[in-house]
Amino acid sequence: MNDILLKNINKQNSTDIETYLKDGGYKPLEKALKEYTPKEVIDIVQKSGLRGRGGAGFPTGKKWEFAAADKNTPRYLLCNADEGEPGTYKDRPIIEKDPHQLIEGIIISGYAIGAAACYIYIRGEYVYGADVLQKAIAQAYKKGFLGKKILGKKFDFDLYVHKGAGAYVCGEETALIESLEGKRGQSRIKPPFPVNVGVWNKPTVINNVETLANVSHIIKNGPDWFKSMGPEKCPGPKIYSISGHVNKPGNYELIMGTSLKDLIYKYAGGIKDGKKLKAVIPGGASTPVLKPEHIEVNMDYESVGAVGSMLGSGAIMVMDETVCMVGVTRRLLKFFAHESCGKCSPCREGTHWLVQILDRIVNNEGKTEDIDLMLDICDNMRGKTFCPLGDGAINPVLSTIKHFRDEYLIHIEEKRCPVNYPHSEYCL
Amino acid sequence: MEDTNIEKKGYAFSKEGMNILKEMMKDYPSSDALLLPALYIAQEEFGHLDSGALQYVADVLKVPRSKVFGVATYYTMYKTKPTGKHLVQVCTNLSCSLLGADHILKYLENKLGIKVGETTHDKKFTLITVECLGSCGTAPMMQVNDTYYENLTEEGIDRILEGLK
Ligand SMILES: Cc1cc2nc3c(=O)[nH]c(=O)nc-3n(C[C@H](O)[C@H](O)[C@H](O)COP(=O)(O)O)c2cc1C
Ligand code: SF4
Ligand code: FES
Repeated sequence: MNDILLKNINKQNSTDIETYLKDGGYKPLEKALKEYTPKEVIDIVQKSGLRGRGGAGFPTGKKWEFAAADKNTPRYLLCNADEGEPGTYKDRPIIEKDPHQLIEGIIISGYAIGAAACYIYIRGEYVYGADVLQKAIAQAYKKGFLGKKILGKKFDFDLYVHKGAGAYVCGEETALIESLEGKRGQSRIKPPFPVNVGVWNKPTVINNVETLANVSHIIKNGPDWFKSMGPEKCPGPKIYSISGHVNKPGNYELIMGTSLKDLIYKYAGGIKDGKKLKAVIPGGASTPVLKPEHIEVNMDYESVGAVGSMLGSGAIMVMDETVCMVGVTRRLLKFFAHESCGKCSPCREGTHWLVQILDRIVNNEGKTEDIDLMLDICDNMRGKTFCPLGDGAINPVLSTIKHFRDEYLIHIEEKRCPVNYPHSEYCL
Repeated sequence: MEDTNIEKKGYAFSKEGMNILKEMMKDYPSSDALLLPALYIAQEEFGHLDSGALQYVADVLKVPRSKVFGVATYYTMYKTKPTGKHLVQVCTNLSCSLLGADHILKYLENKLGIKVGETTHDKKFTLITVECLGSCGTAPMMQVNDTYYENLTEEGIDRILEGLK
């Protein structure tokens, strides 16, 4: 546990470049620049099987290949440090405690795709993290790992930190681009894809913090080492953020595909106060809710998909028997309604309608037809929006209606909360 | 819409703020990208972003006022209204709510004698709720101005507020 990506976070002075160098840091960068061509670095990453850790699981090497193949220059790399998916706090320890691991991964990735510069787009609230990054970047410039002719090679590369200002949707790659360009962060329609038409209309690769943090390790230990860990289709280490009703919430770096059961019971110490498990959201707020019967599932993209949810960001939110699932759904939908960028009507209107209906159900004023009405609204949102925020927003609704329909019915027909706990606290 | 109340005078970045902005200009191929950073500087220096502050940013960056207004009102971290000296931001998203964010919020309301969205008479505290801040494993949590406070308890809050007097 915590062997690769999080291995440095508890060291003294872990953010200092000297600490990082002492442990062999920036050697992989040297190796990449001196022993491999950019194309070879892309091949190595492709061979490793690394897939994006930001939520969608897109093969990282493939994305790089697309961007590198576009002759339009300059190309850009964007590091997505927006970390806004509720439940997710896995990038934060990398940013705050081991910034050089991230910076090294960024430089190698920039070399691979032939980027002129990288911007780390960090959520505005991570003030401390942004500060750590700025200082670490300054150190890396001083050592000649950034700037002109890096390590004496014909490779110039700059790295900047750019702060967001509070908008979940800016974690979505095209909204992130808009925001970086100084606009309201509203998603763009795809295609064209950012790998061809990205920031300032240049070929752009966007990768998550955790994705990029893996890169130096792959260069150091080789693609076969990486591929030997976990499932064939999505190997490597994965940081799972566990929160909610568990005894030991926290970030656990394990092999991709660790079972949800082990994560909850073995690592996070089981359910708090000896209560019973009721529901789990396996990959952040926009992934469908699962029931206790699903917890044998292995936490990788394919396996979680097979039980009807998604790995997403790997943010596991655990709920015990005291929780009203209608209340949970309302809480999440309020979030999505607040964060909808408003560009397309199915998402802008749909999320608000869903909140209104959920409000009246929670307040025991719901009607029997409300369940069908919600299903209908979801149907009119699914696949009909500019960006996946709209698709994500319907997941809590659809999955709780599927797995916890009885709780909706009790609220609607018996005009009471299905759990015997004081209403205001547990319907959230 | 023409806003006739715009106060044009009295808004100017400090030398330091202006220098930061000028330095940042080198970091981007287009100065449009400076809008978000410039709004942060304006907020820092002017307290909040009223229409005069926004007009000033538009003038400095030579971008349309409408764009500056649009951007400033889009992002939650830009405050177009005055807030107290300490902006108390309580996360009420799911993981925090599961561990009592609701209770924390009520406790703060009682303690500060204000409701969510309000500012204390002495202008020291403004209380608001926010969405997930990436501290879900150390819930419940709040952010006061830039600082995170995690694993909140009533006693903890007492101590934190005491320190902020
Ligand atoms: C609404 C929404 C929010 C997102 N937020 C984030 C985020 O905070 N961080 C992140 O890395 N990816 C986020 N993503 C995914 C990005 O769009 C993108 O797929 C990812 O950054 C690509 O990097 P990866 O291939 O390394 O995973 C979000 C997607 C959506 C639709
Ligand atoms: S789906 Fe929602 S967030 Fe995405 S573009 Fe449409 S309105 Fe904006
Ligand atoms: S839910 Fe409160 S910090 Fe994430």
